[in-house]
Parts: sequence; structure tokens; C-alpha cells
Amino acid sequence: MKRRKIDVRAIPAKSAGALDDRFQAATPLRSLLNKVFPDHWSFLLGEIALFSFIVLLLTGTFLTFFYEPSLQTVTYDGSYTPLRGTHMSAAYASSLDLSFDVRGGLIMRQMHHWAALTFMAAIVVHMFRIFFTGAFRKPRETNWIIGSLLFWIGFLAGFTGYSLPDDALSGTGLRIASAIMLSIPVIGSWVTTSIFDGEFPGHVIMGRFYIAHVLLIPGILLALIAVHVGLVFKQKHTQWPGPGRTEHNVVGERMFPRYAIKQGGFFMIVFGVIALMGGLFQINPIWLFGPYEAFTVSAASQPDWYVMFLDGSTRLFPAWEIRFDLFGWGDGYTIPPIFWPTVVLPGVLTMLPLAYPFIEARLTKDKKAHNLLQRPRDVPARTALGAMAIMFWLVLTLSGGNDVIADKFHISLNAMTWAGRIGLLILPPIAYYVTYRICLGLQQHDREVLAHGVETGIIKRLPDGRFIEVHQPLAPVDEHGHGELDYAGWVVPKKMNRLGALGPAIKGFFYPIEKPAEAPVSPGHPPVSPIEPARREEISK
Amino acid sequence: MTSDSPGWLGRLRRGRSGPRSRVRRRVGSVVRLTLALTLAGGVYIVFAPGLAGAKDTPQLSTAAEEGKALFNQSCITCHGPNAQGVEGRGPSLIGVGAASVEFQVGTGRMPMARQEAQAERKPPVFTDEQTRQLAQYIQELGGGPQVPSGDLRAPESDEEAIARGGNLFRINCSSCHAFGGGGGALSSGKYAPGLGEATDQQIYAAMLTGPQNMPVFGDNQLTPEQKKEIISYIQEALKQDRDPGGWGLGRFGPVTEGLAIFLVGIVALVFASLWIAGKS
Repeated sequence: MKRRKIDVRAIPAKSAGALDDRFQAATPLRSLLNKVFPDHWSFLLGEIALFSFIVLLLTGTFLTFFYEPSLQTVTYDGSYTPLRGTHMSAAYASSLDLSFDVRGGLIMRQMHHWAALTFMAAIVVHMFRIFFTGAFRKPRETNWIIGSLLFWIGFLAGFTGYSLPDDALSGTGLRIASAIMLSIPVIGSWVTTSIFDGEFPGHVIMGRFYIAHVLLIPGILLALIAVHVGLVFKQKHTQWPGPGRTEHNVVGERMFPRYAIKQGGFFMIVFGVIALMGGLFQINPIWLFGPYEAFTVSAASQPDWYVMFLDGSTRLFPAWEIRFDLFGWGDGYTIPPIFWPTVVLPGVLTMLPLAYPFIEARLTKDKKAHNLLQRPRDVPARTALGAMAIMFWLVLTLSGGNDVIADKFHISLNAMTWAGRIGLLILPPIAYYVTYRICLGLQQHDREVLAHGVETGIIKRLPDGRFIEVHQPLAPVDEHGHGELDYAGWVVPKKMNRLGALGPAIKGFFYPIEKPAEAPVSPGHPPVSPIEPARREEISK
Repeated sequence: MTSDSPGWLGRLRRGRSGPRSRVRRRVGSVVRLTLALTLAGGVYIVFAPGLAGAKDTPQLSTAAEEGKALFNQSCITCHGPNAQGVEGRGPSLIGVGAASVEFQVGTGRMPMARQEAQAERKPPVFTDEQTRQLAQYIQELGGGPQVPSGDLRAPESDEEAIARGGNLFRINCSSCHAFGGGGGALSSGKYAPGLGEATDQQIYAAMLTGPQNMPVFGDNQLTPEQKKEIISYIQEALKQDRDPGGWGLGRFGPVTEGLAIFLVGIVALVFASLWIAGKS
């Protein structure tokens, strides 16, 4: 019998052909794999959020194997001795078991928590990038709205997850949440009693939060992320202006293989950073907090960082209690002060960003579609507005931790509160003004380089005694010596060794990977020998 | 007063031999008054309690005398002579007890560096011996609570004592000293200190006397056994907890965790994206 010869090199092509015969996948796959993505570090910030979400799904699934969402009272009998014999909810006991008795449970719990913080932080940083570069403009308003919603749904995911261990710290947070819900006029009591099935804390809340945290909210997040990424595919990624880049093309790398390999590597890095944090930094040590009881509370009870601005607004808001007399009917009606900083403020903070793309388009009368990004300095009003918003948020967030700051830096807590109140009103406008001026200054410098050229560092003395710095024009100049280049919306070279297509003179990211070229030696100025300083010293003696 | 008026005294005197002279009457009344006063004073001395051995100044023990000398040198400026207190400077120490002195002086809080919201813990000025002498002086001067001698922790045979102590700690102490015992802010520059350096005696004395802005946890609120359980929890559970999850970030909770995610996590990832985006 004749041995059939197998051509190994033909196997991939043959099997792929066979698959295509059956599924007709080549045409759609080709357009997908050939899709071009522009390359810039700031375009990877959203990926950090996406990848940490994947880590959240993986670690979260592990946690569900051991967590018990029940408020039934049990007596702890695990390996953490300082709590042995304490009565606690089954939820808290199972969280303790996860931390101390399940192999690898603690690092999974900590990775899950750090991944959640990374997810929210990356969303915010990604949002800054989108905002400051104008990537939310037409046609991408929908994706901006979806992104904002992703933050708030991530916020809910974080809060429900934070509450699940039923430790005393998260229980304090849950109590505050129920108070916030109660403060809503008219519907507050119904909202609270329907969520908690009666009075706080009731017996069902863990079960409800659990199903919301592991099914409903991740489902919504997944769906929104799918639409978010799908829209990026459909509408194509924005890109920075530059040589060969227009409103109608995308310059970058193909999805396969380079972009896909890079993204795979980046996922590994994100996973690695989260795993390192989960292994090296302790987060939420629930065993120190003890089980939640209505009468236990701790100094420095704070929510996670993305909720802290609401804590801060509550601490700063004056205790204005509004009472109505309902024409003598009943006891009248009271709107507690907590309603304004914790319901009205986040309501405004949700709606304003959602509407921002449309507000800006209306104010600038800009109805065109934009695929090229803007440098933050070129839109000073928007950049300044963003800086103002960040300052507002920063003051609130710092005020959310003002007792810790007051204690550790030996400042009066009352002084911190007043500094927060005054700072909340004064600092954002200052941030607006300063940012606006910085943007204008940067713009002016760009225009100056385009008109006069790059500073060479060569000082020349003219025959009449004046000193001038020699500028290297970037392009042919007119009769006044002014360059005729237009600003292209992209980086203007400002250093001699970054002119034209030249990269940085010395290659390498953290340290030089190659020796810089020897500087050309001018015949009039021989190179300075290293012995010279010593010789000079001798002369001076 | 004349005896002209008719009455039973007048009738009695009628039997006597003639009217007495004015001088004799005067002398007699003086003698009677003296006798009556002596009688009253004598009866008072016999029946009044504790006055029999009373002296003008209390007899202090040798240690207390030493303590008094130290007091008059270092404390009298604010707490006044005989520890009566000085208005606007320092409170009276009558009745604060040896426990209070041992806590305030033993932790270096007294003498205060300056008048401020709260005295800070610092290296003690007095030696243990001197602290005991000062405490003895204040104790003999006005009495007050004393830290019991002997072991101040719950017996080791009681396995659940630490768990009970933890529960009591979370009910009574954590609202100011925080779950991790790191302390926390109070109003207007006051604060609850961290428990890291506190010894058994100091924690017991603090609960007993309520120093600075701390409330008193008398033996009616927390029995001595409960106090010992709390001490056992702080010393053997809180301080021995070696942060199984890694570096504890100062145990400040979400404030430092939020700082860490930006300073470590996001910074590392942004650098990673800078690095990976440059690879083309």
C-alpha cells in the first residue's frame, strides 16, 4: 500500500477552507480581522476597564461557589479565633470562611475588590480622555451616554458587592443607603420598604443584593459593554490628526495579528497588576470589622472611592431641614437635609454629563461629524470646564475622607469641613481660570514656533552688540522671516532633535537602549577633555 | 431683767434669805453659761464621728511625700497648690485617683507641651517610680479609682473571652478608636488616639478614668472582667493580626485603598499602556 503523504504546511489552509465551505465565515471575518485601529496610549485606557471587568467576572464566579447570601443567624466556628463563638449572619460567616478556610479564597476576594476599584478608576480615566479630546462629539454621543451609564451601573455593582459580606463597615453603608432612600419625598418610605421588605435590615436584603450583584447588574454591564464596543467597531475609532490622517480614514494597525496580540498582552498586564495588588495590599479586612449589628459603628467609616464624593457632599451640606405645614393636616411634611446632597446632587451629576455633547454642539453651533480628535489646549473652554468638574469632584471626594485626613495630619475636623465648604465654591472657578490660561499659553507657544521656528539654543551676538537666539524655521519663510505653516491640530516640534520625521534622539522607554550619536565636532571648538576641570583647579591654586 | 414679775420662779426664790447682790447674779450667769458650753462641746466631741484623731494636715506616706515634691515642682503651675486646680489652666485633681495619674503621666500626656485641644502621647517625662509616687500623692490627697493589681487580661483558659472582648470593643470603643484600633478624629482638633502603643495598664486606666475626651467606663458599665476581655482583644487579636491579606495600608479603610488604586494600580497601567502603545 502506498503511504499517503501529508503536507503539513497545507493543513491550516485546508481546514480553514473546509470550515469556510460550511459556515461561510471568511467574508465577515476578513473585514473584522483587517479592521484598522489607530495606535495611541490614551486609546488603551478603556481597555483597562474592559480587562478588569473580565477579571471581575472570573474572580466573582469563584466567590459565588462559597458565598451564602443569607441573613440567618449562625455561630461562627471557623479558623479565625477572635470571632469564634460570635453570633453572625450566614453571609458574614461564609465570607470569613472564604477568607480563611477556602484555599486561595482571600486572594480571590482581594483581587475581586481591587479589580472593582480598577474598573471604576479606569472608567473615570477613560472618560477624562474622551471628554478632553472631544471624542464624544457627533456621531459618538450615544457611546458617551452609554459610557456614563456604565459608570453608574458599575457604581451600583460596587455598592451591592460591598454590602454582601454583611460586615459592620458595609452594614453601616447599607444603613446610610436606606436613610438616603427614605429621604426621597413622598415615595421614600415605599422604596425602602419594598427593597428591604419592611424595616431595615429585614431578612431578604442579602438574597436580593446577591442576585442583583451576580446576575442582573453584570448582565446589564455586559450588554452595555457589548453595545459600547460594537459602536466603536461600527463608528470606527477616533484618531489624532497627523500626516495622512483625515476625517474619512483611519490610520493604524490591523486587528489581526498586531492589534490582537498587543491587546492580549495588555490583558495579561492588567490581570498581573490586579493579581499583584490582590496579593500584596490588604483590602477590606472584614474580620476586623466584625458582624453587622445596628449598634456597632467605626470611626473612619467610608465607602469605596467612587462613592466617597457622596459621603463628602453629605458632610459638607448644611443641616437644612425643610418643614411644610400641610394646612394643619397631620404633622406636616419634612424633607431631611440628606436628600439634597445624596439624591438631588447625584441626579444632577448624572443628567448633566449625559446631555453635555448636545449642550456643547448647541453652544458652538457645530452639527458636523468629527472623527479627528482635538488637543485639549485647542478647546480651552471645554478643557477648563473639565478641570472645573474634576476639582468639584476632588473636593467632594477629599471631604468624604476628611476625618481620616484631619486625624492623620492633625487638623481640626471642623476646619476641614469648612475648608471643604468654601473650597467647593471657590476652587472650581479657580481651576477653570488657571486651566483656560494654561491652554491659551500652550496655544500661543505652538503658534510662536510655527511663525518663528524652533529654539536652537544658539545665542548670537550681532555687530551692534545685541544678543538674539537663533530660531530654526520649520518651513520656508516669507519676507519677514515668518514661517507659513498652518497649525494642523497636532504636536508642533519644539526641540531640535525632534524635527521632522526624526524620533527622540535617544531610543528607549525607561533607559537608553542605544548610545546617542557623537555630537558633531566644530573645528573652532575642540571637544572638552575630562581632564580639564582638574587642570583648572590646579591653576586656580 | 428684774424678778418683780409674779411667776413660779419668783415664788421659788421667796424662800431664800433676802435678795442677792447684782455682782453675784452676774458671776453666777457667767459660770452657768461656761458650764453649759463646756457640756455641749464635750458631748459633741464624744459623739461626733472621726474627729477624735483629726489633725490639721493629713499624714502622707513616704512615697506620697516624694510625689508631692514632684507635684510642686512640675504640676503645680496648672493644677494649683494641693491639686485644687487653677481656673482656665488645669482642673482639680481631687478624686481623680491614681489610675488617672498613671495614665496621663505614664503615657507622657502630662505634663502638657502646651494648652491645646488635647494632650498628645509622647515619651514620658517621669520614670515609672516617679509616676507611682505622683499617683500615690494624688490618691492619698483625694482618693479615686485605682487600677487593680495583677494580670489585666482575661484568663487564657477562657477560649471565647477574646470574641466577647471583640464584641464589646465594637460596641463601646470602635466608634472613636476605629475597628482597627488606629484612632479617629473628633470635633475641633480633638481625637481618639491609636491603640498601638497602649499597654494593658494604660487601657484599663483609660476605661476607668476617661482621660481627655474619652467617656468613663465605670465598673457599672463594663465590669472588671469585661474590661479585661476588651484588653485581651486589643492586645491579642487586633495587635497580633498580621494582616493576612498583605500590607494593611495603615488600616485606614477605603480612603487609603482609593489612594492606592490610583497611585499604584492606575499609574502602573497607564505606564503599561504608554509602553505597549509605543511598540509598533
